[in-house]
Amino acid sequence: MISQSTLLTIVLAPLLAAIVAGLAGRVIGRIGAHSVTIAGVALSCGLSIWVLKMLIDGAPVFNESVYTWLVSDNVRMEVGFLVDKLSALMMVVVTFVSLCVHVYTIGYMHDDPGYQRFFSYISLFTFSMLMLVMSNNFLQLFFGWEAVGVVSYLLIGFWYTRPSAIFANMKAFLVNRVGDFGFILGIAGIVYYTGSLDYATVFGMRDAIAANTMEIVPNLEWQAITVVCICLFIGAMGKSAQVPLHVWLPDSMEGPTPISALIHAATMVTAGIFMVARMSPLFELSETALSTVLIIGATTAFFMGLLGLVNNDIKRVVAYSTLSQLGYMTVALGVSAYAGAIFHLMTHAFFKALLFLAAGSVIIAMHHEQDMRKMGGLKKYLPITYWTSLIGSLALIGFPGTSGFFSKDALIEAVHASHIPGATYAYWCVFLGVFITAFYSFRLVFMTFHGEERFGHAHHDDHAHDSHGHDSHGHGHGDHKPHESPWVVTVPLILLAIPSLFIGWFTIGPVLFGDYFGEAIFVSESRDVLGHIGEEFHGPAGFVVHAMKAAPVYLALLGVLAAWYLYIKRPDLPGKIAEKFSAVYKLLANKFYFDEIYQAVFAKGSRNLGTALWRVGDVAIIDGTAVNGSARVVGWMSGVMRHLQSGYLYHYAFAMIIGLSALLAWYVLR
Amino acid sequence: MITLESVLMLGGLLFALSVAGIFINRKNVILLLMCIELMLLAVNFNFVAFARHLGDLDGQVFVFFIMTVAAAESAIGLAILVVLFRERRNIDVEQLDTMKG
Amino acid sequence: MQLTWPILSVLIWLPILGGVALLVLGDRGIALGRWVALATTAVTFGISTLLYTNFDMATAEMQFVERAAWIPAFNSWYALGVDGIATPLIILTTFITPLVVIAAWTVIEKRPAQYYAAFLILEGLMVGVFAATDALLFYVLWEAMLIPMFIIIGVWGGARRVYATIKFFLYTFLGSVLMLVSLIYMYMKTCDAGQCSYAIADFQELPLALNAQILIFISFMLAFAVKVPMWPVHTWLPDAHVEAPTGGSVILAAIMLKMGGYGFLRFSLPITPDASAELDWLVISLSLIAVVYIGFVALVQQDMKKLIAYSSIAHMGFVTLGSFLAFDLLQVNGDTRGAAMGIDGAMVQMISHGLISGAMFFCVGVLYDRVHSREISSYGGVVNTMPTFAAFAVLFALANSGLPATSGFVGEFLVIIASFRADFWYAFLAAMTLILGAAYTLWLVKRVIFGAVANDDVAALKDLNGREFFVLGVLGVAVLLLGIWPAPLLDVMRPTVEHLVQQITVSKL
Repeated sequence: MISQSTLLTIVLAPLLAAIVAGLAGRVIGRIGAHSVTIAGVALSCGLSIWVLKMLIDGAPVFNESVYTWLVSDNVRMEVGFLVDKLSALMMVVVTFVSLCVHVYTIGYMHDDPGYQRFFSYISLFTFSMLMLVMSNNFLQLFFGWEAVGVVSYLLIGFWYTRPSAIFANMKAFLVNRVGDFGFILGIAGIVYYTGSLDYATVFGMRDAIAANTMEIVPNLEWQAITVVCICLFIGAMGKSAQVPLHVWLPDSMEGPTPISALIHAATMVTAGIFMVARMSPLFELSETALSTVLIIGATTAFFMGLLGLVNNDIKRVVAYSTLSQLGYMTVALGVSAYAGAIFHLMTHAFFKALLFLAAGSVIIAMHHEQDMRKMGGLKKYLPITYWTSLIGSLALIGFPGTSGFFSKDALIEAVHASHIPGATYAYWCVFLGVFITAFYSFRLVFMTFHGEERFGHAHHDDHAHDSHGHDSHGHGHGDHKPHESPWVVTVPLILLAIPSLFIGWFTIGPVLFGDYFGEAIFVSESRDVLGHIGEEFHGPAGFVVHAMKAAPVYLALLGVLAAWYLYIKRPDLPGKIAEKFSAVYKLLANKFYFDEIYQAVFAKGSRNLGTALWRVGDVAIIDGTAVNGSARVVGWMSGVMRHLQSGYLYHYAFAMIIGLSALLAWYVLR
Repeated sequence: MITLESVLMLGGLLFALSVAGIFINRKNVILLLMCIELMLLAVNFNFVAFARHLGDLDGQVFVFFIMTVAAAESAIGLAILVVLFRERRNIDVEQLDTMKG
Repeated sequence: MQLTWPILSVLIWLPILGGVALLVLGDRGIALGRWVALATTAVTFGISTLLYTNFDMATAEMQFVERAAWIPAFNSWYALGVDGIATPLIILTTFITPLVVIAAWTVIEKRPAQYYAAFLILEGLMVGVFAATDALLFYVLWEAMLIPMFIIIGVWGGARRVYATIKFFLYTFLGSVLMLVSLIYMYMKTCDAGQCSYAIADFQELPLALNAQILIFISFMLAFAVKVPMWPVHTWLPDAHVEAPTGGSVILAAIMLKMGGYGFLRFSLPITPDASAELDWLVISLSLIAVVYIGFVALVQQDMKKLIAYSSIAHMGFVTLGSFLAFDLLQVNGDTRGAAMGIDGAMVQMISHGLISGAMFFCVGVLYDRVHSREISSYGGVVNTMPTFAAFAVLFALANSGLPATSGFVGEFLVIIASFRADFWYAFLAAMTLILGAAYTLWLVKRVIFGAVANDDVAALKDLNGREFFVLGVLGVAVLLLGIWPAPLLDVMRPTVEHLVQQITVSKL
């Protein structure tokens, strides 16, 4: 049996640690801060694994409320936990990656003056994310949803003196808010149709939602369930950075690398995927919504991958790869392969966190240089980093046998097998995406670790990047040869490399094709693509063999080869290609001009609109015309009236007499 | 026999005279005060006349009140006049337009 | 459990007497006077908590009622009583005032005794407004309340204080004179019915023709809309806030604006339900305009106080929206499901906005006391020199943008959910606040708090002193507490709100 106190401990341990490290950071010092937060997260992680094990061993699903948040109009809003295998899996992933990141941070943030604050934030993040995944109702889901957003806001802007960081964090928060705007409308719709926020109740009444239509635009009836699901998905688009709400994620790389790994790769950005999987009973009722999900996901997967091809910032390349992989997961959701999405989410969490942390390790070694053009040949200086990031890259491109291979290949198969509108487009997107993924991943590996050593002469303009004064590597600038990071950095890399390599072998059977999720995920009979593929599944080895006969694996190898040819064999070629196709190159280098358009239309547009409303509406019309205008009318009237006031007593007396006579006359003659 | 009408006529005449006095006189404030007194006197006449006509003494009582008030009023009025004269060396009504709006 | 002593009278007169005592002590006795002011307000707050602990949460009846002859000729009584709507607002009032006193401790140098006295007297009057159950008494206190506020802005205000005070006074006064006409009209009506009365409860029972209701509704609406303030009668607020001293801004935003919302719930809804049903579209559209239009306007403000003032208007839009949803719901769905949620949301929003906007004005005050500028451009990178202050400012900013687990979220959430029942587009426009609220608040934070140290003034800033820390800390705890567990507040209101929904569904024609 899973007890409520266990779950409360899982959630509250990181929260308490965050409070202690945050409020008493100066008292307990740096060692105290990292000890207490790591202890808190480790406790959470251990208990989460224990809970997952109990569930696998057949413990019943835990679904209870902890306390009543409020009761209004007979709608009971509660805070409570739903722990089934889906949330337990997420809990383990979140706490495990978080633990690794905590340990890694000791090394990465070693010299940062905001050390305690940073630990406090990431523990707070762990708490928020756990609240999100463990929720049994929409309210708490929304709480977790916003809370992770806020912590992400705080962490992107962690180095608050950098203008780019505080711009990026506001942008991230606002774009997320656009998503949340849709999300809250979806929640409102759910309350409207079911009168409840509780998952179980809502899913129980899902047919009631499906039976309704609503008229948002006059004379255009829409399925209520479609509207609700699309609204909810808008939330997911914000959090999981799907086109067109993806713009915040690359900028979020302004934050320290550990949080890029934890928040912007492994956990927070996958909240949208988790949410849609959790809402599978609702999404299954609306093919329109699923198609929307599919097309948006496919677009993200392909086009955001393209951007990774031309970027030179090591973290941003990984960020675009994250965008693209999130697109893959969304595609899986769109074809009702929820289990596939969650499976890819899990494997991705491990290998992408690994890639980010490895990138961080490189950045430490390069004295906070992030431009790959100034790296190269780092293999011999950073062996552990090199091998672990190679493992991560292999997993990312889906090299047979690695964890990423199982999840991605199954995902592509699932899209192939699906027949919902948009599936063909999505298939080509994810199929071609494989080549692109392989190309940019190994472009990164080759540019960073192989080839000519370009860092020697790059060192001089180092200070531009170090201007924030967080040079957190602990050795002087005189040391020109980069060397391997300390053990607190490499141990997490190794810890993450293990599941990146092997976890696919053990989990693909039960998670993807078995009955692991049980009731947690609902797939309607007609769209059960995974079940369809699962009929031909005969163990992971068989899966590998089967995949060797299909195109994606070779496409991936082709991508690696292409990267090798262009960046090792003929390093002069990329520049020439860029020149030749300068229009395309410019389009990609400017990220399809999304930022520019948003900046001009939304940021500038709303400022102009605000100024217009203020200057014209408030100042000119309301204050100028109505308020001061009426004052002026009164002034003018009195200006006229004052002429009656001559100041001569006999005029007044005369007026009185006239008035009196008039009154008398009226009285007499009436 | 003096009839009610003739007394009222006299009252009306006195009142009209005092009104005319206020309008026509544009120079002297003292004359204004006197006209006001005359006005009150006209009213008193009416009171007395009606009191007698109706056989009710209340009217005559009122006359006493009015006379008292009139006395007080002219006393204050003259006092103001004195102050005014000291202030402006002049009590010409045409000049007294500080109340002009 | 009802108390044996007149708690409401104590809550009204204790601060007023304290104020008088301060006036007697004068500026020379201010050292003692400050403590008198603090003690009075603190004791008042302590007593007001008894309202909550002794409150009977099972009934919608007026509680702690008091009644004494006042103007027998008009059958107007000194009648007090509170229900689930008034109680939280009274406690909010008594909670905020001591903080204002503490915040002014050493800051006010000009005529401090009178400054404190004005606030204490104002507190008593405000409690009286919420507690009055006699319409004439309500009106008298309602107008009397303007006087101390007028003085506070006019004497301790900024450079353009005369313009601001006159604007404030005329706006609010003109708004409410028509209300008096309506009250007298209804008094006449009760006389026609046989029993002359100024009791609000009697007005609520009074049958009224639709025409009369509409006229009464409009006169009430003018009075309350100015106070809330609703678009387009809101322009006094930014000016008043900008010129008012910190304490004045806090009281203005935290409590005086709530009078308008309270008035709608106490007068407009139950007294003129049919007219409200006729004209709900007006109120709802004005509320939505407030949320969206004012949101955009707030975005471009250059003055911190003005920005927060505009944000107040946008947030108060939720109060009026939530209050008037009931009628729309009745027309659209034929039942009142969601109506109570709208009103609940409106109430929670009022309390929460009281705490958050108060806190934000305190934050601006903290900066203003040091730099003497309200311009956003005079700051930048405050976090470098005032980390503790920055933490509070970010907390309140996030609360202002409606972050879950802060009180700012609760009211908005309830109102958005309830408005979805009425119309998708209501919810759509109301939910715009998620984006706009975050945009203007966080942009403010970005420009003032974050970044590198912008100038010498910022470099010379000292972090919070103990007094300021206490004030902001207490508010921070309250904001979080209400966000994490709002149930107690909702429990107090429930019977009253349900009763109110009952009342407004019954036609008075």
